[in-house]
Amino acid sequence: MSKLKLVNMFDIDKWQEIFNTIKKNKLRTFLTGFSVAWGIFMLIILLGSGNGLQNGVEYQFRDDATNSIWLYPGTTSKSYKGLQANRRIKFTNQDFDNLPHKITAIKDMTARFYIPGKVNVSYKNDYGAFSVRCVHPAHQVIENTHIIEGRYINEKDLNEFRKVAVIGKNVKEGLYKDENPIGKYIRINNIEFKVVGVFTDSGGEEEMRNIYLPISTAQKIFNGQNRINQIMLIPKTENVEETKAMAQKIKKYMAKKHKFDVTDDNAIFIRNNLEEYQNVMMMFLGIDIFIWVIGIGTIIAGIVGVSNIMMIVVKERTKEIGIRKALGASPSSIMGLVILESVAITSFSGYIGMVLGVGLMELVSSLAGNSVFFRNPQASIGIAVAATILLVFSGIVAGLFPARRAAKIRPIVALRDE
Amino acid sequence: MIRFENLHKSYITGSNKLHVLKGINLEIKEGELISIMGSSGSGKSTLLNITGILDNYDEGSYYLDNMLISNMSEKKAAMLRNKYIGFVFQSFNLISFKNALENVALPLYYQKVSRKKRNLIAMEYLEKMGLKEWAHHMPNELSGGQKQRVAIARSLITRPKVILADEPTGALDTSTSYEVMEIFKEINQSGITVIIVTHEDDIAHRTNKIIRLRDGLIESINGELVNPEFVETEISEHV
Repeated sequence: MSKLKLVNMFDIDKWQEIFNTIKKNKLRTFLTGFSVAWGIFMLIILLGSGNGLQNGVEYQFRDDATNSIWLYPGTTSKSYKGLQANRRIKFTNQDFDNLPHKITAIKDMTARFYIPGKVNVSYKNDYGAFSVRCVHPAHQVIENTHIIEGRYINEKDLNEFRKVAVIGKNVKEGLYKDENPIGKYIRINNIEFKVVGVFTDSGGEEEMRNIYLPISTAQKIFNGQNRINQIMLIPKTENVEETKAMAQKIKKYMAKKHKFDVTDDNAIFIRNNLEEYQNVMMMFLGIDIFIWVIGIGTIIAGIVGVSNIMMIVVKERTKEIGIRKALGASPSSIMGLVILESVAITSFSGYIGMVLGVGLMELVSSLAGNSVFFRNPQASIGIAVAATILLVFSGIVAGLFPARRAAKIRPIVALRDE
Repeated sequence: MIRFENLHKSYITGSNKLHVLKGINLEIKEGELISIMGSSGSGKSTLLNITGILDNYDEGSYYLDNMLISNMSEKKAAMLRNKYIGFVFQSFNLISFKNALENVALPLYYQKVSRKKRNLIAMEYLEKMGLKEWAHHMPNELSGGQKQRVAIARSLITRPKVILADEPTGALDTSTSYEVMEIFKEINQSGITVIIVTHEDDIAHRTNKIIRLRDGLIESINGELVNPEFVETEISEHV
């Protein structure tokens, strides 16, 4: 029963007393509250910034399958077996076809071929600056492309050298307005392709300005012969170490095939997205831990401040507490009073700090807009809930020692007349 | 109502042991109006504290309303104080940020009486003290006599069996002191035991029984020597 009374927050008399003591010591309460508000404010700012940074970077990764490996040809920087340095490496269809035979752990694979020179895209009299990627069907998985109308490039398109195109949502909006583009023709460098699909991409506006063509058709039409600009693949594994081993194996194979030194870092470039993703996420984990350590440290400083002030409050109110005890106040009711006051000060000022912090983050968010590196820096509901629990808990911790001291005050000491 | 049997109490300060009460035997019956006198250091405050269950004792026994008061938890002690004893102090000890009404109602708060009901009762007691119009004034707006009457109303609100007053007139002028004593008399006539600690003779003489303490023992009751050991010194002092 007494325990129940201790936590009875809705006792109007207790609140009245807390309000009274706060009213009596405005400056002191303000200064105490300020330290807590500052602590929470800093924590929110730090967490929000960390989140913003992380959201920004995660957003960049969101465009593509996170466990893909990309290969680009480069220029050799070392001479090898009688061949000079500064030799350009070129990828061909042969590389693309042979790779799966040598590296068995490939799940999906595509090449990219870019139309050389300037690309003109038009429909009827409308022109637009769009880019064209000539790919294999697996490109859809690797690039996280979502078809909203029609279909993506398929094997049949490649085998039959069909002149078909899949266009991004922005291309559709730019050229077709309200028309349904499916079945219509789109002109790319004055060659007509039949639109078979429209897609969206979580990679953002720029990604949706792309047009995809079957690579085999494009190589033929745009004089690409058997040249490809890039190979992208998804391994069967999602284990970082295994993908690293696989990337190394691919490099070895390519070195043998294209006759370059396997230790030559400029001959071909291999980007292991999973490895990079993991590295970045590890870095953010580190940043997160760092932020929490600093934030918690700031809050602890606030708690110590509140605790200190409550100690003084208890000391100042020694006589009053003595009177209450003489009149029949139990130790638990005195403890409840002190702890509730501490919780009230910490929670209230903490919330002010939180509101200010969230407000500032919202402001920064609206000013920064969708900048790439700082995205949606808000503190989430989860953080707000966690902060509330943290505040109440902090208040209790801050009030605990002063409350125990208050409960130990003996009425005879308190009532002694000076 | 109150019975002390061979009551001993010492205070230990550092390595010194101060023997304050050296065997008090006393019985106070229900409805008595008693004053306890004695010079400072005689043990009268200690005796009052023990009577009020604000302090414990080392040896002997203390019965309040035929109940042995010994080694109880703080919670129990607080409960008993609230139920049996009303305190009146020299410096009034009103809570400065509560008005007269709230001060009087406070003991009922610790009895979990609802706010509305306890304020009603408190107003009743303030009216008895002639302070109805002052109910919503803060203590610093009241005169010394008014403050003490508020304090007395507060001590009465739980309908205690015993009122303990520690130098209740110590901070008041003579006429106000006499008024306060009249109030104590009225209270006593309603059947409540009243114990007043004082060092003023004229105040003590307005009670029905004067108990003098000296060096931790009862020296005399109504002028009759109780402990033979004081006879010698008593005589030598008079010589």
